[in-house]
Amino acid sequence: MNPPSSALTRALDNDWAGPAAVSVFAIAVISFFQPSFLTPFNIFVLLSAIAVNMLVALGQLVIIAVGQMNLALGSIGGLVAISFVAMMELWGWPPLFAIIGGLAIGVAAGMASGFLIARTGISAFIITLAGLQMFKGINLGITKAQPFYGVPQSVKDFGNLSMIGPIPWLVVPMVIASLVIWYLFARLRIGRYILAIGGNRHAAELSGINLGATVIWAHALSGLLAGVAGMMLVARLQLGHPTIGDDWLISSFAAPVIGGAVLAGGHVSVPGTFFGVIIIAIITQALVLFAIDPFVVQIVLGGLILWAVGINRLREVRINTLLGRKPQT
Amino acid sequence: MSTSGVTYVSETARQSLAQRVTFSSEFGLVLLIAFAFAIFAGLLPGFISPFSLFTIGRQVGIDTMIGLSMMAVIVTGGLDLSVGAIGVCAAMAFGWLIERAGIPLPLCIPAAILFGAGLGFINGITVVKSGVHSFIITLASMSIFFGVMIFLSKAEAFRNLPALVPAFGKLRFGGLVSAMLVLSMVVCAALSILYRYTDLGRRMLAVGANPRAAEISGVRTDRTIMACHALTGALAALAGLMVTARTGAAVPSMTGQLGQDWLLPAFLAPVLGGTLLSGGRVSVLGTFLGAALVNIITSGLLLMRVGEFWILAFLGLLLLTAVLTDRGRHIFLQRRGMI
Repeated sequence: MNPPSSALTRALDNDWAGPAAVSVFAIAVISFFQPSFLTPFNIFVLLSAIAVNMLVALGQLVIIAVGQMNLALGSIGGLVAISFVAMMELWGWPPLFAIIGGLAIGVAAGMASGFLIARTGISAFIITLAGLQMFKGINLGITKAQPFYGVPQSVKDFGNLSMIGPIPWLVVPMVIASLVIWYLFARLRIGRYILAIGGNRHAAELSGINLGATVIWAHALSGLLAGVAGMMLVARLQLGHPTIGDDWLISSFAAPVIGGAVLAGGHVSVPGTFFGVIIIAIITQALVLFAIDPFVVQIVLGGLILWAVGINRLREVRINTLLGRKPQT
Repeated sequence: MSTSGVTYVSETARQSLAQRVTFSSEFGLVLLIAFAFAIFAGLLPGFISPFSLFTIGRQVGIDTMIGLSMMAVIVTGGLDLSVGAIGVCAAMAFGWLIERAGIPLPLCIPAAILFGAGLGFINGITVVKSGVHSFIITLASMSIFFGVMIFLSKAEAFRNLPALVPAFGKLRFGGLVSAMLVLSMVVCAALSILYRYTDLGRRMLAVGANPRAAEISGVRTDRTIMACHALTGALAALAGLMVTARTGAAVPSMTGQLGQDWLLPAFLAPVLGGTLLSGGRVSVLGTFLGAALVNIITSGLLLMRVGEFWILAFLGLLLLTAVLTDRGRHIFLQRRGMI
């Protein structure tokens, strides 16, 4: 039943081709109506937002790949963000040590979730819901809901200065993380294991993959990425605000799903997710430029998820047949 | 298939009544509640004052309703992240109908509940028709419902509700028992009858326990799932109205950003009460007891001046402990061949 595969149809068949086309189209339309959209300053703002959101999306992507969900992503990011500032402000740690400390907290929080999921067999949903509440509670307990302001100048500069022209420094961690995660899924054993478990848990276990260890590593990686995103937001906002991470939940799922990730697991796309993040950032910015109520973003994000899920559903059927999985009933 | 809910019921029937009572999650909860209550009543004289008991009871009433609304969809093995969004949407619709449309109060209440049921039904039909898991559908719909609500209301509260609304929030019987607690008990009784004695309720359980078997035995699974989602919406709307009565106003932020503040109480009460997340088994009484335990502990800790933020963390820990204990109990009973 396959149509003759020309170069064009093969390109359109990619996960990222659709979202990429939508991104280009959206940029063209918006810059036509609103020429200020492509000014260097606006591009700088846009790229800063994209950089942080890409880390958030990758944090969720890793868990979607293994066929689970991480509701605690935002609260881990928030906890790392305020701990990062607290270490520098209260304990006087240099930023480099505080970054390592922050990353360690992110990894530990993710590992704790992963350990409980893997060892008890309780659904990731419930474990990470409990985690969401605990990490948020610890965050607010430490900060008493007040922001920390003691962010060193070097950290502030990293979040607000440009590297070359309109390209912010924040893009550096995004590029590194994207390449690492892409390489992980494409080449590394752990990445292939994650995808194998997400694709067919039973088959993966039978072929000798250590389910527990892989799930724990996936969650540790997710916590690490959430932590990086939290610290990037500290640099950008120039303070450690206790609400960091509160609004990550929807967008963390929206970007990977727009990028063609199959929610049942086993199939994700890093480039697709990147364009998903771009689409979300463009829409958010456009609503600001056209002075539309910012809450419309919520409606649009929800609509985008449904739209992407609809498209992915059609692809999922095909991927399921490829992987020899029974279609969901 | 000893794991399916249908046979589970018939196998437990063989055990003696005493065994069943002792090993039910409800019994454990009653013990825990008695224990927590005794400790706090002994340590804190203020804990058993009529006003304190009234406020605890009122919050138990609200949390029970939130828990029941989630339970109604967990039955199918699905979930609904949008309960908080539906609750606040229904409350705001209620406020709009009274203040702007000038519709009399007795009509507004059923209208708001129907509106909630309608939003739930939208979730249900989308889940059934798309075949996508309810997690992602309701994740999207919570964003859409909440966004539309904020957009239409311009994030402004309805504060000029008729005096009857806050009066209901303050109403108490015998000086202690909140009218909201009584309302929740009535809904609990109605749901118990639904799941135990009615055809629709049995179908809901059957679909949750084993959708394929239910379908083969002639149950319209898709319609049943839609009915579950609509019931969830109606109960969430009722919970939203109860919060409105307590506050005396319909406030857009009453369930938190996107309604996320309801997520934990919504799952905590049913999970503590022994409702299976995989579907097919519910405990209405357990949900009520779960909500009661959570609120007794929370109020006690607040009176002991444990910071309210640490209580948030504690509730997460409680959820974790609840699922871990339940898992442990299950393994223990399985090893001794009791289930």
